[in-house]
Amino acid sequence: MTIEAPRDERALRVVGKSLPRVEAAAKVTGSIAYADDIVLPGMLFCKLLRSRHPYARVLSIDTRAARAVPGVVAVLTGHDLPVNYGIMPTCEDEHALEHEKVRFVGDPVAAVAAVDEETAQAGCRAISVEYEPLEAVESIEQALVPPDDEPLHDYAGPANVHRLAALEFGDVDAGFARAAHVREDIFFFEGNTHLPMEQHSATAQVAGDKVTLWSSTQDPHYVHRALAKVLGLPMGKLRVVAAPHGGGFGGKCDPFSHEIVVCKVAMMTGRPVKCTLTREEVFYTHRGRHPVLMWVRTGVDADGRILAMHFRSALDGGAYGSYGPASTLYTGALQTTTYAIPAYRFEGARVFTNKAPCGPKRGHGTPQPRFALEVHLDKLAADVGLDPVELRRRNFVKPFSRTVNWLRITSCGLEEVTNRVLEASGYARRERRRGHGMGFAVSSYMCGAGLPIYWNKMPHSECVVNVGRGGVTLYCGATDIGQGSDSVLATVAAEELGLWPGDIRLVTGDTGLTPVDLGSYSSRVTFMAGNAAREAAAKMRALLVGVVADEEGCAPQEVEVRDGKVGRMTFEEAATLAEEHLGVLSAHGTYTPPEGIGGRYKGAGVGPSPAYSYSAATVDLDADPGSGEIRVNKVWLAHDIGRSINEMAARGQVEGGVYMGLGEALMEAQAYRDGLHRQPSMLDYKSLTFLEMPEVETILVETHDPEGPYGAKEVGQGPLLPVIPAVVSAVHDALGVWIDEVPVTPDKIVRALDARAKGKEARYGPKRFPDIPYPDLVKVVPPDAATAAL
Amino acid sequence: MEVPDGRELLRLSVNREDRLLLVRSHATLLEVLREDLGLTGTKHGCELGECGACTVLVDGTPQLSCLLLPAQVEGTAVTTIEGLARGSELHPVQQAFVAQGGLQCGYCTPGMVLAAKALLDENPAPSRDEIKEALAGNLCRCTGYAGIIEAVEEAGRMLS
Ligand code: FES
Ligand code: FES
Repeated sequence: MTIEAPRDERALRVVGKSLPRVEAAAKVTGSIAYADDIVLPGMLFCKLLRSRHPYARVLSIDTRAARAVPGVVAVLTGHDLPVNYGIMPTCEDEHALEHEKVRFVGDPVAAVAAVDEETAQAGCRAISVEYEPLEAVESIEQALVPPDDEPLHDYAGPANVHRLAALEFGDVDAGFARAAHVREDIFFFEGNTHLPMEQHSATAQVAGDKVTLWSSTQDPHYVHRALAKVLGLPMGKLRVVAAPHGGGFGGKCDPFSHEIVVCKVAMMTGRPVKCTLTREEVFYTHRGRHPVLMWVRTGVDADGRILAMHFRSALDGGAYGSYGPASTLYTGALQTTTYAIPAYRFEGARVFTNKAPCGPKRGHGTPQPRFALEVHLDKLAADVGLDPVELRRRNFVKPFSRTVNWLRITSCGLEEVTNRVLEASGYARRERRRGHGMGFAVSSYMCGAGLPIYWNKMPHSECVVNVGRGGVTLYCGATDIGQGSDSVLATVAAEELGLWPGDIRLVTGDTGLTPVDLGSYSSRVTFMAGNAAREAAAKMRALLVGVVADEEGCAPQEVEVRDGKVGRMTFEEAATLAEEHLGVLSAHGTYTPPEGIGGRYKGAGVGPSPAYSYSAATVDLDADPGSGEIRVNKVWLAHDIGRSINEMAARGQVEGGVYMGLGEALMEAQAYRDGLHRQPSMLDYKSLTFLEMPEVETILVETHDPEGPYGAKEVGQGPLLPVIPAVVSAVHDALGVWIDEVPVTPDKIVRALDARAKGKEARYGPKRFPDIPYPDLVKVVPPDAATAAL
Repeated sequence: MEVPDGRELLRLSVNREDRLLLVRSHATLLEVLREDLGLTGTKHGCELGECGACTVLVDGTPQLSCLLLPAQVEGTAVTTIEGLARGSELHPVQQAFVAQGGLQCGYCTPGMVLAAKALLDENPAPSRDEIKEALAGNLCRCTGYAGIIEAVEEAGRMLS
C-alpha cells in the first residue's frame, strides 16, 4: 500500500533526489583521512601479542627481553589493565589483555609500543608466555556437555552455555492440536565475517589530563563508556572520535582491546600511539555472524494459515559475550514481523566455544532464522499443495497491527514489495528446465533498536544546528560508516533550510563535540538521527523566518525558505539579521522512540523498533547437476524504504546488501580447524568479485512511514535478508534438492543429489537438534487477549 | 645506491614530482608512499596482494604497491590517487565515481579509480565484461560493484 504524502511533503526539494554523497570528492581524491592515515608528531606504534592456543591458562608472562629491545618504549600486560568490560552490561567478560586465561587463537595477552611497527613486532616476539593448554571447546554440541576442564567463563553454565531464553506467546500446544498439518525442519547457518576493506585502527593522544582516541569505530558513544570504565577516568576527560570509516557491517561495534591499549600507552608515555590490525588479526577479532543451528515446527489449518510456531535456536557464540544476549533473542524476535503467527514459542541458547567471539553483522541475529523460516515455509507450502507465494500471502502481517510478541507494526509494504518483485522478475512464468531455477523470499528489519544497549534515559539521538559566519554546522554523534549517514543528515538539514546538502558543514561521531547518538548499528541512523536533525533544522528555520517576517513586515507563513533564500533575503543576510536580533543562533532536536512499541516481559527489549522495513527478493540462477556449481543470473530486490532520502545512496545500500547476502548464501564462512581459522586471508576467504556479482534490479517502494523523517525507513540491513533463502529456494527449483545449510556450496549440492540418487532424502543439512536445557517458558499473554481482558 | 644501516637511496618520480629518498631497503612501495611520502590516499586491505586497495599506476599500468619494492619502480612514473586531479578539477573518472555512486565507504576507491583509469586509457569504450575483467582484482565490500561499473561506463563516455 502507498499512503498519500502529507500536503507539506509533496514539494520536497532535496529529499529523495539522487545526489552525490557529501564527502565523495574527498574520497575520490584520497584526501580523506581514515584512522590509519592519522599521523601525529612523535607517534609510537603498538602491536599486540596474541595467543596461539585456542584455550589455555596463562602461567607466566616474561617481558624483560622485550623491554630490552632498542626502540621499545612500553610493554603492557593484563596487570596494567585489570578492569573487565564488554558491550553489554550483563556480560562484561573481556580484558584488554588477558592475564589469566586465553580463550581463542588471537586473544591478546600483551602489547608493545615502539618507535615503529617493526620494532613493536620484534618486542612482541621477545615476550615469552608460559601456557597450560586446556581442552578446547569447538562446537555447540561439545559446549553443552560439562567440560573436563573448567568452563570458559565463571558465569557460564550449565556446561558452557552463555545464555538461555524461553518465551511463549499464546497457546502453542492448542494451536498445534488444531492444525490440519504440522511440519518440522532443522537448519544450520555457518558463521561468516564482515571483511571490511579497512583493517581496524586506533590512535590515542594525551594533552594534559585529557585523552583523545581516533578510531575506526561504529559507535564512539559505547567505546567512550568502556574506556572510562577500564581507564578509570571521568567521561569528561575522554574524547572518542570516529574517524572516516572504511567499512563496518557490524564488525566495529564492540569496544576493542587495541582501542583501550593505545589510550593506556598514551597515558603512560605521554606520546601519541597508533595500533592498526593486520588482516589476519581482523579475521580473529571478528564479532561476526553467529553459526546457528535451528529447529522449527509450524502448524497450519486447511487453508495454509499459520496456527502455531515453535522455533529453537542454538548459537555458537565464540569465546566472549559481546552482543550475545541480544543476538540470541534476535534469532527469535522478527519471525512475527512478516507473518501473523497467533501462537509462538521461542527457545534460544548461546554457548561459548574457543573461537573468535561472534557478534553483530548486518541483520544481527536475523539472517539465520530468516533463512530457516522462509525455506521451511517453502516446504510447508509443498506439503499442503499451495504455491509458496500464496502460502506467504495468506499469512502476511497487516500494516498498523501488533504482533503476538507485542511488536508494533506501522507502515508495511509487504504486499507491495512482493507484487513488484514477482512482476519484475516474471517469477510465475519462469522457464522450467533442469538446472535452472528461481526462488522467492521476504523479510523485514528494524529501523533502530527500541532500547539502548545499556539502560539509560537519554534520547537515542540528538542534533545541534548552529548558524554563523561558518554557514550552517550540524553536530550529531552519528557515524558515517560508508552507509551515507552524513549525507542523510546534510540532506535533512538542507531540506529544512532551503539549501543544498553540500552547504551543510558536519561534525559527527565525536563524543567531545557532538551531543549523544548511540551509533551506527541496528539500522537506526536515518530514522533516529534523521528525526533529530529534522527537528533541529526546522527550529532553526523558524528562528530565521521569524526575524525575516518582522523585517519584511509579513506573516511568517508568507516567508518562503528555498533556493538559498529566506523570503527576499539571501540565507547569509537572514542569518546575520537573526544574529543581530537573537545573538548565538543554535537550535537542537532530539529523538527518543515512543513508548509502547514492545511488550513488558523479560526479553521484550529485543525486537521493538519504531518502524520496520520490508524486503522481497527473487533470485534467478543456474545450478550444474553434475558439479553443483551455481551461477546467479540476476537478483530482483524490492524494498519498502518508507521514503528515500537520497535515492542513489539507497540503491547503493540495496546493491551492497544483495552482494553481501549472495556471498553469505554461496561461499562465505568463518570456519575453524583445531581452533584455527581455516581461511584468514582475503584470497582464501571467498567473497564475490566483479566476475561473480550478477545484475541487481532494485525497486524502491515508498510507504511513507508516519514517524520516519519525511516518512523514511532503513535500507542498510534489510535487503540482505531475503537473498539467502531465495538462493536456497532457487537451487531447489533448479535441481529438486534442499540445501538446509548455508553457505550452499557445490559439494553440498552434489551430496544432496547423490542422496536422492540412492533413494534417500533429497537434502543436505543437519539431522538432529541437540537436547538443550531450556528453562521453563515465560508465558506472555498476547496483545489481543490482554486487551480483551482489560 | 646502498647506504649502511639497511637503507637505500632512491630517486622516484611520484605524481610528476621527482623525489630523492632514503628508505628501509625492505620497505614496500606501499609503505614508502604512505609513510615516507605521506601519500596516504593509497590504501591497504591485506598487504599480500589479495584486495587491490593499494593499486597505483606504474607508467600507466595498475600495480599492487604492497607487492613492489620501491627500487623496482626507479626510472618509472608512479601515479597515486593524489596525482589524478588537475588542481581542484577532478579527473573524469573521479567525477564519474562521484556522480554515479561508485563509492560508499570509499576505502577501495583510490585503487578502483586508478584501475579504471588505466582500463579507459587503453580502451575508452569497454563492454561490461571488459570492465569486470579489468577490475576483478579489486575487492569492494560496500557497493555490490554496480555503481562502480556505471561510473566506469560514464567516465568512458566523458573521455571519448
Ligand atoms: S593491500 Fe595490496 S593487494 Fe591488498
Ligand atoms: S566503497 Fe567501501 S569497500 Fe568499496
